[in-house]
Amino acid sequence: MKPALRVALLAASIAVLAAVALALKRSDVYLLTLYCVYLMATFGLNLTVGYAGQMSLGQAAFLGIGAYIAAILLKLGWPFLLVVPVAAVVCFVLGLVVGFPALRVQHHYLAFATLGFNVLVYLAMRNEEQITGGTFGISGIPRPTILGVDLGGHVAFYWFTLGSLVVLGLLLWWLLRSPWGRAFAALRDNPIRAESLGINITAYTLLAFAIGAACAGIGGVYFASLVEFIEPGPFHFSASLMMLLAVIVGGQGRFFGPVVGTVVIILVPELLRGSSAPWLKFMQVWYLAVFGVAVVLLMLWLPGGLLSIPERFARKAKPR
Amino acid sequence: MSGGMRRPAPAESERLLHVRDVAKHYGAIRAVDGVSFALAPGEIVGVIGPNGSGKTTLFNAILGQIRPTSGSVEFRGEDITARSPLELARRGIGRTFQTLQVFGQLSVRDNLIAAAQEFQGTITGRLFARPDAGLGARADEMIELFRLGHVAHLKAGTLSYGQQKLIDIAMAFMPSPRLVLLDEPCAGVNPGLVDQLRELLATLNRTQGGSFVVIEHNMDFIMKLCPHVICMVEGRVLAEGAPADVQADPAVLEAYLGN
Repeated sequence: MKPALRVALLAASIAVLAAVALALKRSDVYLLTLYCVYLMATFGLNLTVGYAGQMSLGQAAFLGIGAYIAAILLKLGWPFLLVVPVAAVVCFVLGLVVGFPALRVQHHYLAFATLGFNVLVYLAMRNEEQITGGTFGISGIPRPTILGVDLGGHVAFYWFTLGSLVVLGLLLWWLLRSPWGRAFAALRDNPIRAESLGINITAYTLLAFAIGAACAGIGGVYFASLVEFIEPGPFHFSASLMMLLAVIVGGQGRFFGPVVGTVVIILVPELLRGSSAPWLKFMQVWYLAVFGVAVVLLMLWLPGGLLSIPERFARKAKPR
Repeated sequence: MSGGMRRPAPAESERLLHVRDVAKHYGAIRAVDGVSFALAPGEIVGVIGPNGSGKTTLFNAILGQIRPTSGSVEFRGEDITARSPLELARRGIGRTFQTLQVFGQLSVRDNLIAAAQEFQGTITGRLFARPDAGLGARADEMIELFRLGHVAHLKAGTLSYGQQKLIDIAMAFMPSPRLVLLDEPCAGVNPGLVDQLRELLATLNRTQGGSFVVIEHNMDFIMKLCPHVICMVEGRVLAEGAPADVQADPAVLEAYLGN
């Protein structure tokens, strides 16, 4: 496909996504906004896991940290557009710290190190009641008014979130097309070789974690403002597992992998559960089991993710 | 030490690399046991020896992959003993490994650009640099030299062993290093490609002033490429000199073939 056609197709898709909100129920618009929020986090995780080849089971912790920072600061009256960079910077710095184990260990050891971080953050959110409100959480988080435009309405806030997601996506696209993207891929494919070619694998490993974490932190700010109430539940490590699943199901290391993968983890379960079609009635009870089986089958047949389907067909079609 | 014609050792001021009495012991095993040699700019030195004679361990000790038990390594007069591979790369020392080491998911062209991009400006500067880091022309030049034009846009991991070997070697030369250490460049490569490789290395030596240390088992390759050869046995230098002399040395023959 020609680049110009691709851009046009992408712009049209975004326009359609924005327009459908006018025709959808309030709960569906909420769900689409939630999708955008999680996509910010999974875009970041795809950089860490898919492009730089690091393992992370702690993305939900960064989403949570961003959300709690937003809850506290927005309630103090800080402007939303200031809270976003604050959450991004805090998560970036914490991401650098969480990246340190990756300099020593890889794969499942690293998975457990990052999972440990997620558990720690979760416990802090639950137990540090004075700051986080503990299990009661923090309620009454305001939605922003920006340049005099009230974004309190569900459609307005959705458009704002979608627009912010597009900006974040463009920034990541630009970053991954720069020499940094190539260095991340070199780190993923062969760190020993990369180092012998002057690639500072320490710096790029830490940056991969930090940038991924910052994306989740930004997502967290939108999450808090969307839900208007936060408690530790959504930031449990099981959410990190789902985000990792989104990256892998979509196609890790492919820019649009998380776009597809996040549909699978956020929208598909809700659609299955909420379906009122008679032949899909059983889904209201069985949706989690069906979802689980579907994921297992998908991983068996398409380890490269859903976006690898065209390549798979192209390979099959090629005469041997 | 073998009799035979010896090239004069490079004078101290002319030494690019000076390996001085380097040893690497693992408990009682002396993998490398006091090896010394020097290399002048533009020179090619071959390292031969039976399997297990310590050639790769010597390379790893020179290149900071492992810390030598004793001895020192100097590069352009600076002590670089046990410096990290990253620091050595920045000083202009490139290497290839015994096994294939390419970036499998990147295209051939991106492999070559990745091999040199970190030598362009600062890390922050590279974030704002052009996607090819200004190395597109250089990469195309290497692609042409290594005859990889027809596969330049394919993922390196999908290519044949021989093609990946060429990429691997081209990558080491991408940043125009002052010195390259090649560990068995001919291993697993078909005879036609061996000749092509030798011609390539000779061209790089001639046109770009490349200085190499080459570990290789292929005697024909070593004889034609390297004016000076070191033969290692059991961690020590058994003989060194012109390739024909080393090959004819009775001690070398005995080490390879036994009594």
